[in-house]
Amino acid sequence: MKTTVLRVENLVAGYEPGLPILNGASIHVNAGEIATVLGPNGAGKSTLIKAIAGLVPKVSGQVCLGDRDITDVPAHRMIGNGLAFVPQTENVFATMTVDDNLRLAAGVMRSKSALVRVDELYGFFPDLARQRRLLAGRLSGGQRQMLAVARALIVSPTVLMLDEPSAGLSPKLVEIVFQKLLEIRATGISILLVEQNVRAALGIADRATIMVEGRNAHEGAAATLADDPIVASLYLGASKARLPATEARP
Amino acid sequence: MNPQFIADGLVAGAMIGLGAIGVTLTYSILRFSNFAHGEFISWGAYATLLTAGLIGYLAPSSNEGYGPFSVGWGVLVAGLIAMVLTGLLAVLLDRLLFRRLRRKGASITVVMASFGASMALRALLEFLFTSSPRYFSRDLQIAVPVVPGIRVTPDQMALLGMTVTLALAVHLILTQTHMGRSMRAVSENPALARVLGIDIDHVIHITWLLGGALACASGVMLGLVVQIRPYMGFDMLLPLFASAILGGIGSVPGAIIGALVVGVSEAATVQLIGAEWRAAVAFLLLIAVLLIRPSGLFGKRV
Repeated sequence: MKTTVLRVENLVAGYEPGLPILNGASIHVNAGEIATVLGPNGAGKSTLIKAIAGLVPKVSGQVCLGDRDITDVPAHRMIGNGLAFVPQTENVFATMTVDDNLRLAAGVMRSKSALVRVDELYGFFPDLARQRRLLAGRLSGGQRQMLAVARALIVSPTVLMLDEPSAGLSPKLVEIVFQKLLEIRATGISILLVEQNVRAALGIADRATIMVEGRNAHEGAAATLADDPIVASLYLGASKARLPATEARP
Repeated sequence: MNPQFIADGLVAGAMIGLGAIGVTLTYSILRFSNFAHGEFISWGAYATLLTAGLIGYLAPSSNEGYGPFSVGWGVLVAGLIAMVLTGLLAVLLDRLLFRRLRRKGASITVVMASFGASMALRALLEFLFTSSPRYFSRDLQIAVPVVPGIRVTPDQMALLGMTVTLALAVHLILTQTHMGRSMRAVSENPALARVLGIDIDHVIHITWLLGGALACASGVMLGLVVQIRPYMGFDMLLPLFASAILGGIGSVPGAIIGALVVGVSEAATVQLIGAEWRAAVAFLLLIAVLLIRPSGLFGKRV
């Protein structure tokens, strides 16, 4: 039986008091897997990932990282607990260099190993190593996404959460970014991926949860959901039925 | 035109610059104009005066002029202690007033509260020390020629050196230390900074400490070159904001360069038109910058 590294139970959360966006959402991420959360616009996918990260106030429910209850842990302590989050937009400090972005994350950990990790990550993302003196605001969309992911990896998190990393990227760049996510999974880091790009997400995910109106509508192996024409037509758009999801899955 | 205005302007600009750094940091990180910042200048000067008096009581020779300077090591040590105390005063003001209002969300309320805090702090100083001016030293200093047509006193030279040292120190803190990077990160994107593990409350404390300490240094300079009185900081408020906006909000080098421009412009105006127009210069510069380049010299375009 697989170990669950992140478990969310009956989460109710929203930006305004009395107006919850999440109405009892439950998901889990197993060790060493990529779990994806899909669904139509306004389903609460991004709110879910932000609520887990501590950026959206929670009304009720529970979030556990391994055995630890992190429901009430403030956002800035999440990373110390092993939960890293890459927001969808404005996910790099544009006025800082690539190197400063990474060293900022390393400094939070207050350990020399984090600085060593910066060099390791330059090896993992050679494109960033070449641009280390460049302001992050001058990077291309794909490079920014890589920098945001690299910065989140500095802390060697247990779970890496990404909010729509494919947003605004060309299909070629999406392929490159998602290939990196597969490489990250291979290092043992679990990934929770919120995506609008259903085809790409199901292509790399092990499991998928479909959310509708702030709660779970369907859950299962990514391959099963991708091949289910009813699920695809109801929740993922009819044109996306019969997705070739299994081709990219290792 | 007598070139002496350049030296006078640079000395005035140095005093304004240290205060303007605090204004620009507070604005860029906390997103509000703190109109009580001038009071930190006054409180810093009075705290130095009191501490120097205490040190002088314990070590009578400490306040005798050292070498060519008008004050001794007692004022230097007192200034360092007062920088910490003024920084703590700024943190205390944030804890008691600004933080509570900030959490309620309305930034205009925080700005208005800073007006109130400014009046209260100034009135308290006047109550404690009266409005009579005080001095670190009443010794007369002879200005020495540095280049043809320009004379500077040893105190003024030391103050210019101190400004360069402090401005460089702040620049190095912001660019080379983790705390400095954290401050820049919070200034640019507070939500992302939190996600990254940066404790924003801690960054805010450090910002107040730094801003308060630099305001104190500015107050000590003003006290040495002019005099110490409860309104000294309030009178600096317009030049402080003009310099911070001229340099570009959030830019430390910009605040210093903006302050030097304001200082030299004021000194030139005194010589060309008359001292009564001095205060208008900062105001005119402020209006000109807001109309022509609201982002300032080194700020991002808005």
